[in-house]
Amino acid sequence: MSKTPSNGLALELRDVRKSFGKTEIIRGSNLAVKAGERVALIGPNGAGKSTLFNLISGRMAPSSGEIVLHGEAIHGMKPYEINRRGLARSFQVSNLFPRLSVFENIRCAVLWSMGERYAFWRFLSNLNEVNRRAEEVLDMIRMRRKRDTNVTNLTYAEQRAVEVGVTIAGGSNVILLDEPTAGMSKSETANFVKMIRDVTEGKTLLTVEHDMGVVFGLADRIAVLVYGEVIAFDTPENVRNNDRVKEAYLGSVLAENQRAEAQAAEAAGA
Amino acid sequence: MSANTYSFRPYNVGRLVLWSLFAIVLLVAPKLFTSSLSMTMLTQMGIAVIVCLSYNMLLGQGGMLSFGHAVYSGLGAFAAIHTLNKVGAGEWGVPVALIPIVGGLAGLLVAVLLGAVSTKKSGNTFAMITLGVGELVWSMSLMLPEFFGGEGGVSSNRVVGTPALGITFGPQIQVYYLIAVYCFVCTVLMFAFTQTPLGRMLNAVRDNPERVEFIGYDTQRVRYFAFMIAGFFAGIAGGLYAVNFEIVTAEVVGAQRSGAYLLFTFLGGSLFFFGPIIGAVLLVLASVLLSELTKAWLLYLGLVFLLMVMYAPGGIASLLMMNVRVAAYGMLRRLWTSYLALAGTALTVLVAVAVIVEMIYHIKLNEALGPQMSFAGVMLDTRGTDAWVGAMLLLATGVGLFEVSRRQFVRHWGQVQGDIEAEIQRREGL
Amino acid sequence: METFFVFFLNGISYGLLLFMLSSGLTLIFSMMGVLNFAHTSFYMMGAYFAHALAGALGFFPALFLAPLLVGVLGAAFERYSLRKVHVYGHVPELLVTFGLSYVVLEVVRLVWGPANVDYRVPESLSGPLFTLANIKGQGLSWLAGAGNAAICGPAAGNSCTQFPIYRGFMALVALFMLGSLWLLLTRTRIGLIIQAALTHPDTTQALGHNVPRVMMGVFGGGCALAGLAGVIGGNAFVTEPNMAASVGAIIFVVVVVGGMGSLAGAFLASLLIGLIQTFAVVIDISAASVMQSLGSPVSFDHWAYPLLKITVSQMAPILPYLLLVLILIFRPKGLLGTREE
Repeated sequence: MSKTPSNGLALELRDVRKSFGKTEIIRGSNLAVKAGERVALIGPNGAGKSTLFNLISGRMAPSSGEIVLHGEAIHGMKPYEINRRGLARSFQVSNLFPRLSVFENIRCAVLWSMGERYAFWRFLSNLNEVNRRAEEVLDMIRMRRKRDTNVTNLTYAEQRAVEVGVTIAGGSNVILLDEPTAGMSKSETANFVKMIRDVTEGKTLLTVEHDMGVVFGLADRIAVLVYGEVIAFDTPENVRNNDRVKEAYLGSVLAENQRAEAQAAEAAGA
Repeated sequence: MSANTYSFRPYNVGRLVLWSLFAIVLLVAPKLFTSSLSMTMLTQMGIAVIVCLSYNMLLGQGGMLSFGHAVYSGLGAFAAIHTLNKVGAGEWGVPVALIPIVGGLAGLLVAVLLGAVSTKKSGNTFAMITLGVGELVWSMSLMLPEFFGGEGGVSSNRVVGTPALGITFGPQIQVYYLIAVYCFVCTVLMFAFTQTPLGRMLNAVRDNPERVEFIGYDTQRVRYFAFMIAGFFAGIAGGLYAVNFEIVTAEVVGAQRSGAYLLFTFLGGSLFFFGPIIGAVLLVLASVLLSELTKAWLLYLGLVFLLMVMYAPGGIASLLMMNVRVAAYGMLRRLWTSYLALAGTALTVLVAVAVIVEMIYHIKLNEALGPQMSFAGVMLDTRGTDAWVGAMLLLATGVGLFEVSRRQFVRHWGQVQGDIEAEIQRREGL
Repeated sequence: METFFVFFLNGISYGLLLFMLSSGLTLIFSMMGVLNFAHTSFYMMGAYFAHALAGALGFFPALFLAPLLVGVLGAAFERYSLRKVHVYGHVPELLVTFGLSYVVLEVVRLVWGPANVDYRVPESLSGPLFTLANIKGQGLSWLAGAGNAAICGPAAGNSCTQFPIYRGFMALVALFMLGSLWLLLTRTRIGLIIQAALTHPDTTQALGHNVPRVMMGVFGGGCALAGLAGVIGGNAFVTEPNMAASVGAIIFVVVVVGGMGSLAGAFLASLLIGLIQTFAVVIDISAASVMQSLGSPVSFDHWAYPLLKITVSQMAPILPYLLLVLILIFRPKGLLGTREE
């Protein structure tokens, strides 16, 4: 959809800040996501992950700082302007069109990317390219059996699948997934992750995740958000061993206990 | 898909049959109902169908509740009648059959101007804005008698210009067929709209306006375009109104008319495409027949509307379709005794309420005519206690029996729905 | 000059009446998300009930009883009708209030007739509160009551304008009521619960408060406020079945112009529109007359003459709606609007 700039960065956050009234939620976040990279955004509850997604996707404007997509500044733009520039996001709580079927939901998401605008002189059934792409996405998210079912009649996992489908249908290069596997069982999660990996092949993915198994299996790099700041952005191994991250998740006392225990075990073993 | 695949899209026979039926009904109706009263009502129904369908484009398809839709049909009517006068004076050469198009274009123009302001907001704010804009236009009608004709309105003559194929539009039957043609064409066009990208995105905006923005569409733009198209069709209805009645007064842009569009479109059913058609028929029946039958017709209307909103917000169309669904699974037979009981007791309650309301109205409004009142052929003495006690008793028993039969009906209905669900599951498993 | 001052006060008192109505509407809307289309129907009921009660009991008992009656009816409507529709969403809620307005209109027309009723300002409150006299050579002078026949009589050549007691009474009642409301919301426990339920009804309910009952109370309270406005406004202005519809549109304009959900905005917009409507009626200038005074008169045949000859006083009814359109174009958020919809 858009050309990757010469620095190879699909998405950049430069000292992004967001305050609600006097409370600063995002306190200077920096992130540089390479094109084609898969990044997991993790962090304790309340760290501001959904807020960050909202800022990137245009649901809110940052109080200060810059958000750059494919080399173009997108902070302050409306959601549809950002989407047209190649960024799509999913929602933590499935945000579908409740009176339309699975296929219709996906087709709506395809329309703009295929050049259809506000046309009222063409029939949907004649838009071969649009329909073909929608069927393709339907197969990608493995929902062919439920093609004409109303989305409110689907199971939770099926709805999450359609949610992902609506997000990727437009062919955006930068995909933001907000807790895609939240609330799923182990087996559902495993299948879902495989599906996500397939549909985001070659695209830049930024996903909020709490399930560490998913994170370590899916992500090239992990960004850790704590109190509105990205305190670490590195490969999974390095993040796992990062002290600041451990402190953020486990608390300094517990982290110290861990260290003390490790030392004691060492001493006992020696 | 490879070139070797064979795609087969069968003709939608059901749809063809329905549209043909619709066309046949439009063609044949004046042959079946030949009285001049019927002719009046049929022509008005044709006009009302177009305007109610255009209103539902906003309400049912777009989730936009407008309290000022009469502005667009009304200004279309005014534009049409002024054009008709110009044609009559020999200044312009527009054929009378195309006058409604002039109305449509006027409605479109006004929608382009006022819609830009109205569609800036959604939901409740949009509703209030349409009310304000409606009041604005209505008040302006009093200030600009040059365009709106003042108290007497603007009148015209539709038998003007050169008649094509010998059609002068003098006789009412010719006007009816003109309206019928427009009605059919506009209905087809408005249905076709629902199958277009804009139509589908309008539905998406209705269902989840926020998500629409995240898939690349400007919600406000979608609403604005839909508003313009609805204004166009409303204007056509206004143009037909002008041709039919040959007089247009300021009340065609008034709040009562807008309210009527809302009330009857909702009553007919905003969730299905054909709902407003039912609503339009009811609109004409109520304003022509019911208003003659009783002075309390507006009260009845308001009460029916209230009950509909509370208990059947999908309107008559949804009630019909629920039963069609049940029939499709072959289970309608099981419900007919419950329906009979329900209908019987509801009728009793209705009669009792009507007697009481009519007696109250009689006392208040027809004092000069004395205490005797005729209700469906039965003479009632409003001053005596017999009629009152009788009506109260009837009401009490009616309500009691209705409650009983309602509970039984709900039980049966629940059973049927459960069986349908089971059947759906069974079929999915196949 | 003195007319200006008195008109200003008139405009303020009318604006306060508008605010009594629009504040109730805003509270109900903020709390329950329901736009009460029938809000001015309760205003109308207040006026009619006061008329009926004042005939039997006198004005001041009616002043207390009529709003209470209206409030009870409003609460009953919420409990038995509105609540049922809540599950269907916001559009059906608005529609059910729309249906109610229809029914109330018909019942009022049935019981009291289609013409206006003679609901009068009580004797004790009629007459002028004070008179402003513009005395030749001395400037403005404030006189109590009806003033001085010597100063204001026709022979004296001074111009005097009277400010009615009743207008002052209206303003007083409005301020008192709104002040009590403000105190209730900010200083009492129930007010705290209401404020909490305003934004987080589920959480408030989870904390053990009977939120449905609170909502019923708020709805009834809003309607009672509208009823009180009807009691004091119905006799100053006209009491007829059409009053609900005519004020209704203005109230909606007030709420949109002020900014949805903002009480301060509604206050500002109410006063603004009150002043505009009061002053516009006496300004007899039109665009044509302005051009005439500037030396380039507009001829009768000019194509825009019908528009240009309209005086401001003739435009008075549509000025609020023009303001609505202008606000929507230039400041769609409203004067003090903060909430995103």
